Amino acid sequence: MPSIPTPPITRRGVLVAGAASAAVTTVPAAAQGPAKAAKIAPVPVKLVVNGKEVELELDTRTTLLDTLREHLKLTGTKKGCDHGQCGACTVMVNGTRVNSCLTLAVMHQGDEVATIEGLGTADDMHPMQEAFVKHDGYQCGYCTPGQICSAVAVLKEIEAGVPSHVTGDLTAPMAMTRAEMTERMSGNICRCGAYSNIFDAMSEVGGAKA
Amino acid sequence: MKAFTYERAKSPAEAAAAVAGREGAKFIAGGTNLLDLMKLEIEAPTHLVDVQDLALDKIEETNDGGLRIGALVTNTALAAHPKVRKDYAVLTRAIVAGASGQLRNKATTAGNLLQRTRCPYFYDPNMPCNKRVPNSGCAAAEGFSRQLAVVGTSDKCIATYPGDMAIAMRVLDAVVETVLPDGKTRTIPMAEFHRLPGDKPWLDNTLGKGELIVSVRLPAPVGGQHFYHKVRDRRSYAFALVSVAAILNDDGSGRVAFGGVAHKPWRVEAAEALLPQGAGAVVAKAFEGASPTEHNKYKITLAERTLAGVIAEARS
Repeated sequence: MPSIPTPPITRRGVLVAGAASAAVTTVPAAAQGPAKAAKIAPVPVKLVVNGKEVELELDTRTTLLDTLREHLKLTGTKKGCDHGQCGACTVMVNGTRVNSCLTLAVMHQGDEVATIEGLGTADDMHPMQEAFVKHDGYQCGYCTPGQICSAVAVLKEIEAGVPSHVTGDLTAPMAMTRAEMTERMSGNICRCGAYSNIFDAMSEVGGAKA
Repeated sequence: MKAFTYERAKSPAEAAAAVAGREGAKFIAGGTNLLDLMKLEIEAPTHLVDVQDLALDKIEETNDGGLRIGALVTNTALAAHPKVRKDYAVLTRAIVAGASGQLRNKATTAGNLLQRTRCPYFYDPNMPCNKRVPNSGCAAAEGFSRQLAVVGTSDKCIATYPGDMAIAMRVLDAVVETVLPDGKTRTIPMAEFHRLPGDKPWLDNTLGKGELIVSVRLPAPVGGQHFYHKVRDRRSYAFALVSVAAILNDDGSGRVAFGGVAHKPWRVEAAEALLPQGAGAVVAKAFEGASPTEHNKYKITLAERTLAGVIAEARS
């Protein structure tokens, strides 16, 4: 009897399987098999990722998230829900934060993409990364790259005067307050519930008033 | 996701013709709603026409003192525009009450108007849904309808239009400007842009095949105090159970539209004329003939209380 090789169970493997089973509840059975549609030629895509120009040949369906993770092996950016609900895939495109799962690589010809890998390194951390470490802004860490990218962008958005749902006077300069930060981070879910520590980290970097 | 070919259009007329001339073709702008639905294969276009190069990302003042908002202006850029914040605050308030910061950075003005319903049965391919599969039936009417429409419904559909921005645009009497596949242009008042489900709930709006939104025009500012109050299951990043967009004048008159209650932004001019009499009178008139379910009849009470809160805030 041939033995079936058992792949070692990894933390990453479990997470990927978990995400897949969550998706299955809404995907029709026909969609789970290999694509039967006529073969569509891959298209050339040019991006600037963390300051480095990259050229790829991609299926038109490839999201920016899958491009980063599967093609460029930049696995810092995480796939959580893959539907724009959790924020784990947050990256900067041309300086603004977006959900990389809800956009296609072909839509970003020539765009500048910045991921957590471009923000800082273990030896030379970005101030927001340092603050997350100092304030324990994570537990399992899966949402953390998205939280940090979003946190950096949120402080810039407040500085730039982008209003939010909690802004009082829309014509006055925005205030760097904890309420503003909390509201603007609502697109980043942390199932461990490290929120209060995340806001401590952001408050320190942003110099928040109470 | 089903396979598709992809092109970038170079002019609005070219984009309109490209979609009109090809079965299964669709426009893509921000993609935040379309790609979500494509992953679930609720939408399965065979060809995408990307409109991002059409230079429709400007906000300009019009000759009559209003604003022309390009179709590709992002939600963030529109909400943050100084003139919108000052003179059309209801629009800024509505936009920042919706979605998340990441989504607002990507979502466009036209795309937001075309956002599809969030009815749970529309999203579940195992259930019948007349909006997803014409004439397959409606699972919502007898199902979990707490979030769904209470007024303007039909026996074929009780879905809501889920957005916030369009509710404010309805109160502002915005006009949608389009280009047709033959290159001609058309204007559609917001009142007539979204439609009621009737016998054809799969049609969300009155656009023709290949008709491309190029801009949304706002008339000159009307003054007054602007409000957008949204009631939802969590404090941020959730769809409206009920929302109220209102512009109230010092003499108690004003305009009001409701979100989260119908297949389109719900504004009844004969109801808002009753604003000086208070929220009860307005809501009784606006929701005349409503046919809520056991699960969502609370929305009519909630609409009255939310409007009462807005009126109280205006007077304080």
